[in-house]
Amino acid sequence: MNQEVFVKMKNISKSFGTVKANNSVNFEVNKGEVHALLGENGAGKSTLMNMLSGFYKPDSGSIFIRGKEVKFSSPKDAINEKIGMIHQHYKLVDVQTAKENIILGQKGSLFVNSKKLSKNIYAVAKEYGLPINPDKKIYDMSIGEKQSVEILKVLYEGNDILIMDEPTAVLTPQETKKLFEIIRNMASKGCAIIIITHKLNEVMEVSDRVTILRKGQTITTVITKETSPELLTNLMVGKSVNLSIKRPEVEKSDEILKVENLFAKNQNGVKVLNDISFSLYGGEILGIAGVANSGQKEICEAIAGLYPIESGNIFYENDDIVGNTPGEIINKGISMSFIPEDRLGMGLVASMDMIDNYLLKEFHNQKSIFLDRNPILKTCNKMIDDLQIVTPGVNHPVKQLSGGNIQKVLIGREINTNPKILITAYAVRGLDIGSCHTIYDLINEQKEKGVAIMFIGEDLDILLQLCDSILVLSEGTVMGIVDARTTDKETIGHLMAGGLNIKEAY
Amino acid sequence: MIESFLYSVIISGTPLLFATLGEIITEKSGHLNLGVEGLMLLGAVGGFGIGFATSNPILAIFGGAFVGTLGALVYAFLTVSLRANQVVSGLALTIFGTGISSYVGTIFVGKKMPEVIIDFFKPFEIPLLSKIPFIGNILFNQDLFIYLSYIIAISLGVYLYNTRFGLNLIAVGENPSAADSTGINVTLYKYVHIAIGGALCGLGGAYLSIVEVPQWQDNITAGRGWIAIALVIFASWNPYKALYAAYIFGGLNIIGFRMQNLNFSQNLLDMLPYVVTIMVLVGSSIKKSKNNAPPKGLSIPYFREER
Amino acid sequence: MFQMIKRAEISKKESALIRFSAIVLAFIFSGLFILLLGHNPVNVYISMFDGAFGSLYRLKETIIITIPLVITSIGIMIAFKMKFWNIGGEGQILMGAFGATVFALNMPELPKVALLSLMLISGFISGGLWALIPAIFKVKFGTNETIITLMLNYIAIKWITHLQYGPMRDPNALGFPKIANFSNNAILPSLFGVHIGWIFAVIIVIAISIFMKKSKWGYKISVIGESVDTARYAGININRVMLFSMFLSGGICGIAGMIEASAVNQTLNYSISAGYGFTAIITTWLSGLMPSIIIPVSLLFGGLVKGGNFIQTAFLIPKAAAQILQSMILFFAIGSEFFVKYKLKYKKRNNNSDNVKESV
Repeated sequence: MNQEVFVKMKNISKSFGTVKANNSVNFEVNKGEVHALLGENGAGKSTLMNMLSGFYKPDSGSIFIRGKEVKFSSPKDAINEKIGMIHQHYKLVDVQTAKENIILGQKGSLFVNSKKLSKNIYAVAKEYGLPINPDKKIYDMSIGEKQSVEILKVLYEGNDILIMDEPTAVLTPQETKKLFEIIRNMASKGCAIIIITHKLNEVMEVSDRVTILRKGQTITTVITKETSPELLTNLMVGKSVNLSIKRPEVEKSDEILKVENLFAKNQNGVKVLNDISFSLYGGEILGIAGVANSGQKEICEAIAGLYPIESGNIFYENDDIVGNTPGEIINKGISMSFIPEDRLGMGLVASMDMIDNYLLKEFHNQKSIFLDRNPILKTCNKMIDDLQIVTPGVNHPVKQLSGGNIQKVLIGREINTNPKILITAYAVRGLDIGSCHTIYDLINEQKEKGVAIMFIGEDLDILLQLCDSILVLSEGTVMGIVDARTTDKETIGHLMAGGLNIKEAY
Repeated sequence: MIESFLYSVIISGTPLLFATLGEIITEKSGHLNLGVEGLMLLGAVGGFGIGFATSNPILAIFGGAFVGTLGALVYAFLTVSLRANQVVSGLALTIFGTGISSYVGTIFVGKKMPEVIIDFFKPFEIPLLSKIPFIGNILFNQDLFIYLSYIIAISLGVYLYNTRFGLNLIAVGENPSAADSTGINVTLYKYVHIAIGGALCGLGGAYLSIVEVPQWQDNITAGRGWIAIALVIFASWNPYKALYAAYIFGGLNIIGFRMQNLNFSQNLLDMLPYVVTIMVLVGSSIKKSKNNAPPKGLSIPYFREER
Repeated sequence: MFQMIKRAEISKKESALIRFSAIVLAFIFSGLFILLLGHNPVNVYISMFDGAFGSLYRLKETIIITIPLVITSIGIMIAFKMKFWNIGGEGQILMGAFGATVFALNMPELPKVALLSLMLISGFISGGLWALIPAIFKVKFGTNETIITLMLNYIAIKWITHLQYGPMRDPNALGFPKIANFSNNAILPSLFGVHIGWIFAVIIVIAISIFMKKSKWGYKISVIGESVDTARYAGININRVMLFSMFLSGGICGIAGMIEASAVNQTLNYSISAGYGFTAIITTWLSGLMPSIIIPVSLLFGGLVKGGNFIQTAFLIPKAAAQILQSMILFFAIGSEFFVKYKLKYKKRNNNSDNVKESV
């Protein structure tokens, strides 16, 4: 088959400071093709695509679009070549409507003809089967709706090269299916679609070809039909790895935490926790699943004493801890680490060194008004050895460490306080497979010690393999608590979407 | 009595209106410019100086706007290109503006605006409109500079809410990265609107020195720039609402003077605008909503390749 | 065209060099401005220096200006460390002076040590309470503190003006609107020819350095300043720390007010703060929020103020020239931060990275 080459990137290199994000990368996409760009976190996928969409400028190398060499110095140049990118974190203006977001940056008459615009948007939306309400404000939209706006933004301008960065990360399995239909539909209409992902099953499901990146270099491009998940993993990681996550069998001990009929409202008076009840036992990992912002953060914060509760009880070893200060709760042995999207926002102070970051939890135990940093120095040095944290030293600002090491510092600190309850949210966000497994091992170690663990995660495959049971949230309500050994992704997906309530199933 | 009071309210509110509009357009681009006081002083001395030297009212207006623009460009360079802290850069601009105006102003101490210019800005009845009962005389029997402020306020509203540029500007202030990804030249938008904001603040100062006072006084703005920053919040970043916000505070500014003979300390009455500003700020922070919130990108530097 | 590259690390020497060049550039730039106005910048600078440090007497005068600058800067530094933009130093100085004055005028016969101690405590508390107002609004309603602290400056000025023209007007001043002079017991003594405010300043600098570096509260303040979210997750009671630190911040500024009223003016008037609250914002920022650096920077700025006054009489150059110079230094210093964080690389268009030349 003689196909038209839409995108050709040749010998692309790009460095950030001393980090080589891309090193002589080659990449090609044809018309009408769904091309997966596969690689671990930090392999350079997003960097490469940010160069194709004009966000970054390559240090060296050349880009050809439809056979013509181009030099992009801003996203505008890429848009002129009909390249549109849908970023992992949607780039939408919350206070504006879908319609306003769609025409941002576009040329046209000074004043906007609102009616005509809506009509045009409906037409495009219909053609690709995207649901849309042009006059709805973004802040009122669900994640799925926001994604539709992002896709329409790209299609409305007539772009036919689409880059999607981890488009399924925040979707339920059902929403993912729908998205794949739309993607296939776009490809059949002659678009070239590039999907950045690290999820193998999705690569197998939707793509025609796969290009694998590892440590900033192109490994190879293969035809999806002629490959297998195992082969792709080996290419991606560079050695054959066992992807399965251990789930040690540990005898469940006593009920350590019991949450009863918890209700909470946010600042705007919207219910964010709606009658939450569950129990947590020693030696158990309870996974929490749900689409983003379903109440995960609020549950964590409520237990840690950081979120105001309307009503309900939280019993820790039969003591009601509602109303205790965060410091008291930390001293009781409840430890929470929450890894936000930007990784450093909570839990760690970027510009401080390891010692002062360790102090964040430790200072509650120090009685004097002056701080004693000497014992912590030893603890930190030990932590560096135990967890093999790569750092120039304990006095080095943590922001200069790599993502995996930052997360090791964070989780290491939580574990070091010998907690009875360990709450981790998004502990493996943005880590490569090796680092992920280090973290899973750390968590499993705690489980074997009899610690009760809450694991809030994004990736259902991991939740299913690591946890003992999974609590599924939808809009602040517990949709069910299921046994991770017997359930499957579809069931959880249904619950996440707010489907049938099987609270009693466990 | 009431009518003559309200008539003066418009005059006293006009410098605030210009400055508030200027700061609105600046903040809409995501930049909190605390240098309004300095920009107004620059505009005041620029307008007065050029008016004094040329006796040309039009050049005087342009002078005020131009000097304000220059000051704002310094701020823009620091905060947009060099990503400096906006609070400190704004404060520096205020110190700078205050310094320059009182330095250059020493030449003009005690000097008055040329008669030609004072005559040019004599009240001027707009046919028909000025015949509207009550408000006609208050609003449409004013000087040309005030009419200019009406026109600018309304055009800014239309620009912001009804044009493509306005839409893009809102995106730049709310989420610069999103705006950037759609091909909007974020840096250019920021520079242009900070500059426009500076020009408007300059006009506010120029109105004071050319029309309202019209002779040179050191530190002629007396804190109006700071009140304008608070008025932006009061007007919830809306140019139309800036109109009434500015006039309310224009009224508070002159109330002390008006009530002189009521046997009440004028100094305490002079506190009013400041006290009410605090009340307004506290009030608007109590009732927050999505529609009158500050631009989300306010005072956060934007850099595309940050990693 | 230029390309910006984030520096991984920068040596102390290099960053000091960048900051120093910024100050030199500020002097050069202001020099051009002075030249434009028809004066010889070199002469002006020399006389400014001469006016500020040229004789023992002038040096003492400069130190007298430096004392309130140092103390106010320390006060403001505490707030800035928390990213609480306290630009209400002027008002806090005035209210501190007011608090001290109440005791000075009502108990003039108390023994010196007792009266001065009372004035000091009252000045501290008054300044602290004044600063607590914006802190309470911020904690309760999330109100932006910048404008509130500023408005409180104007209110404080109007309040003192009111007192001066009304309730506290000295009937013995022959109709002149002023507040009565302090009794001898309410005036700070001198040591080495300068009033002992300088000892207060030194003690405050040392105490606050230790407080910020070693104490729990200092640590909490730094964490809040770096990231409110992190502080919350660490179980720090942000509101309590904020209220306490603002009280401390305003209180220290209040001490500066007490010193100015007692030692320098020996009475209270509305211009007692003399712009120290604003100048201290610059000195605080320039010293990188480090207490030990505040002293030399304040001395430099004290010299600028004193030198500015001097050139006004010597050259008939308005003293606002010093203000312009101050803002120039601030502009360049703010701008130089960029070069501490980033390197600029010169890169020709359409070329490979091999041809990249470094410049700065």
